Amino acid sequence: MSDTSDMTDTATTRGRPSRILFVLPVLLFGVLAAVIAYFMLTGRDPRLLPSTLIDKPAPKFKLPPIKGWEGRKPGLATADLKGKVTVVNFFASWCVPCLAEHPQVMALSKIKGIQVVGINHKDRPAAAKDWLTRHGDPYARIGADAGRAAIDWGVYGMPETFIVDKTGRIRFKHVGIIRPETLKNKLLPIIRQLQK
Amino acid sequence: MRALAALLALALAAAFVPAALAVEPNEILKDAALEQRARDISKRLRCLVCQNQSIDDSNAELARDLRVLVRERLTAGDSDEQVVSYVVARYGDFVLLRPPVNPATFVLWFGPLLILLVAGIGVFVFLRRRRPESAGAAARPLDAAEKKHLDALLAEDGSGS
Repeated sequence: MSDTSDMTDTATTRGRPSRILFVLPVLLFGVLAAVIAYFMLTGRDPRLLPSTLIDKPAPKFKLPPIKGWEGRKPGLATADLKGKVTVVNFFASWCVPCLAEHPQVMALSKIKGIQVVGINHKDRPAAAKDWLTRHGDPYARIGADAGRAAIDWGVYGMPETFIVDKTGRIRFKHVGIIRPETLKNKLLPIIRQLQK
Repeated sequence: MRALAALLALALAAAFVPAALAVEPNEILKDAALEQRARDISKRLRCLVCQNQSIDDSNAELARDLRVLVRERLTAGDSDEQVVSYVVARYGDFVLLRPPVNPATFVLWFGPLLILLVAGIGVFVFLRRRRPESAGAAARPLDAAEKKHLDALLAEDGSGS
């Protein structure tokens, strides 16, 4: 009987360093679960890229108006972004999500003291005109972009929306559809803050 | 069996077919040296639409635009590094398929090494602690009671067979 108790004794002394090994998988699982829970609960999409252009001056660009629409809306250049808080919205008639966010862009255009400008990305002028006529034109100015302006703004998908402060610095970027809640919870608070 | 052989042959053939080029003929520069530089730069830049392909591999429109841009900058006389930093200035470090070593990426570059080091130390300590103990246990002579027990077992074993 005495020899068996001896054996369990050695087992426990030997087991001391390895006790941590028993806890480790549980700890690792806990960390993994926490990371997954963070992404699931906050709804953060890891594929969304932070813009390197935040807090930098808006890129230099000069875009002509949409052909056949110049009578209604002038083109867009860097200088037009100064003096007012500006929402820069990349859109196209071929872009279905752009249509989904269109009511929110229309709502933005009704806010006093700011301007909403559009960059019409890789669009046929006729299709763009048709789209603006049918769904409404919320933009104070529209630049027609063959693709280079989008690269200068670091755009990698449509639609994308930027908020530029009065001094012409980019302060916020939203990738994808502006949903009603995005407008309320993200864009409007930033616009209000920048207007001060 | 024959079907399996055919499948194997097909797989082998597929392995030797060059990957379809995303670079379109009208994009290619006449200057072969410049074109080669453009290809090399393109392989280092991520297509942000597909995110796991280089712009050299991707058929996405943005990738095409960036390939054209790379060639334009090269033709304008930019160095390779100037072209790359032109794109990085607009899209950030993420556009580089090989992330640069800077404070923000230290964990990425040296994290695995650190884990290996910690695990190595752990294993070392574990083995060090175990060894003298088992060696000591083996060296300890049997006491009278144990010896008696062992003799009894051996005797029992011998009579059994």
